[in-house]
Amino acid sequence: MTATTPLASPPPSPTAHLLEVEDLHVEFRTRRGTVNAVNGVSYTLDERETLAILGESGSGKSVSAQAVMGIIDSPPGFVTSGSIRYRGTDLLTLPERDLEQVRGAKIAMIFQDALSALNPVFRVGWQLAEMYRVHTGTSKGEAREKAIELMDRVRIPSARERIDSYPHEFSGGMRQRVMIAMALALDPDIIIADEPTTALDVTVQAQIMQLLKDLQDESGLGLILITHDLGVVADVADRLAVMYAGKLVETAEVHELYRRPAHPYTKGLMASIPRTDQKGTRLSPIVGSPPSLMRIPPGCSFHPRCSYRRDNCKTDVPPLYPVGGGRASACHYAEEVMADGR
Amino acid sequence: MGADLHGAPRPAGEPLLRVERLVKHFPLTQGILFKRKVGAVQAVDGVDLTLNRGETLGLVGESGCGKSTVAKTLLRLEEPTSGHAFYKGTDIFSLGRHELRALRRQIQIIFQDPYASLNPRMTVGDIITEAWEIHPGIVAKSDRRDRAQELLQRVGLSPDAVNRYPHQFSGGQRQRVGIARALTLNPDIIICDEPVSALDVSVQAQVINLLEEIQDEFGLAFIFVAHDLSVVRHISDRVAVMYLGRIVEIGDESDIYERATHPYTQALLSAAPLPDPEGRENRARVVLEGDVPSPANPPSGCRFRTRCWKAQEVCAEQDPQLLDRFGHGHPSACHFADTSLEPPRSAVPPAALA
Repeated sequence: MTATTPLASPPPSPTAHLLEVEDLHVEFRTRRGTVNAVNGVSYTLDERETLAILGESGSGKSVSAQAVMGIIDSPPGFVTSGSIRYRGTDLLTLPERDLEQVRGAKIAMIFQDALSALNPVFRVGWQLAEMYRVHTGTSKGEAREKAIELMDRVRIPSARERIDSYPHEFSGGMRQRVMIAMALALDPDIIIADEPTTALDVTVQAQIMQLLKDLQDESGLGLILITHDLGVVADVADRLAVMYAGKLVETAEVHELYRRPAHPYTKGLMASIPRTDQKGTRLSPIVGSPPSLMRIPPGCSFHPRCSYRRDNCKTDVPPLYPVGGGRASACHYAEEVMADGR
Repeated sequence: MGADLHGAPRPAGEPLLRVERLVKHFPLTQGILFKRKVGAVQAVDGVDLTLNRGETLGLVGESGCGKSTVAKTLLRLEEPTSGHAFYKGTDIFSLGRHELRALRRQIQIIFQDPYASLNPRMTVGDIITEAWEIHPGIVAKSDRRDRAQELLQRVGLSPDAVNRYPHQFSGGQRQRVGIARALTLNPDIIICDEPVSALDVSVQAQVINLLEEIQDEFGLAFIFVAHDLSVVRHISDRVAVMYLGRIVEIGDESDIYERATHPYTQALLSAAPLPDPEGRENRARVVLEGDVPSPANPPSGCRFRTRCWKAQEVCAEQDPQLLDRFGHGHPSACHFADTSLEPPRSAVPPAALA
């Protein structure tokens, strides 16, 4: 591979967002039918910002991130419409050659399961160094030094001694650090972290979230955190986008959203987590379970589970209504939901 | 047999279940033909517990702390290395096959993974009624189908679920089937091993509510094993915190969550993210260094000392017993047990001075 060439497409516009996803649609065409995994998702991300994408399993939160990374298996997966702009350049129309300069390099991803993301038969340091060498064309010696530097940067103790260890010799938390080191290798602007701490114990989870925060402070990364955990979101996110059945149902600044959710689904999620002041009382869960993405209900996809629904919810698809303060909610009765104290 | 151990009449207020010095070591072997024992993973290393009728005891800790192993040994799904567990005065660990079968009517278990714990080739009706075939005489053969339908309705499923297979249900519904199955024999105790960990948040709350309802209705005692601290707090009357095979602190729910005195409990609570962004910048936080040591080679003295900010020399020398040293109202296995996070002023434990 040749050394890095600067991005061939138009120069980054200074006003553009770091990342701008607009009206993204992703579907999976399977033998049993079409799975509408992402149905018109739009969001932006700026430097130093942490955007959390919150959703339950099957909400499309991971698929929307995989589309940004261009790692959806195709077939069966297809990005059917929308745009994904990195500093103003649409990645979906960029030629493959230029794309390599962005995906994986400028936009990197961390996964939940660090053990399966590392090759068990190669030494950790070698995997780090080789990835760096392939992308930058440096010598093996330099790449090895870079690997040590990266391991230091993610606070792996005595990196120089541990560089020749195999993945299984690392604990879960240390393996996740290796994954973060790998993501950092090419100096990205954006890191997409897909449930980065879900497989980890709570004390280790705290270490990893702290590390991501420190790295963001050091280099101004934009961070997209994909999670189902309302606790993690409350801890680290600046803004929050809530997904349900492949759509954004609510976006807001995080303090605002926790104070006054504007969508019945978000409200229901909040009521589902046990809080100290609810001790001795029953929780108020959302009834039913999330829909299959092959059979998304008509109208508002949340209406079968919603306590605010009226007749028009069964037929009219709610757009993301602005509800003040830069917030938006895809509910016909968002104001009622916000005003309702329960 | 354990008869001599409980020959004396039971004192009033005897707990439903009393676990004493429970130890479970898994041998580590080397060699292929001639396996030599080269060590042992000390999964559980001296655990004492009591469980009273109708209460919920939460068992929390990180992966590998031994909480699930404790749960499994109580049903003899794992054979304990040593120790006793008295259920109404009878030592579970000394029972023969037939007595064990009778005991298992009284103690049931719900597993974490509702996908793996239901036989995919059996209908839900067969899964529910199977227990009545193994334990005949509880429900007459002709009534079984009706009773199964009643139970399914009780856990929030439609009665026609009896004819369907586990794969036709969602995760939450499968966990409801697991709960119905646990209720078939009218047990006293249900051991819940991470029963909601695999479920989505909105479904998790439904299952927690269901567990609380059936507890009241059937007068059940729960041992609730979980790593989610807020779920454990919500459902538990008492909580035991485990670290590397030992209980480090045990007490009422409020003792543990509001007045924790063991540094590990304190670190665990402070690491758990709160679902509330207010004041997150100023929250006092203990971020522990490093990882849990290997249970095959635990540290000397206090097992938590390698990660503890309060550790002194004495912590490496003396294994701290689970005691209420300083009148905090609940026992804690720390020489320097204190609700304050400050490191100790003196290297000598206050108890030794007293």
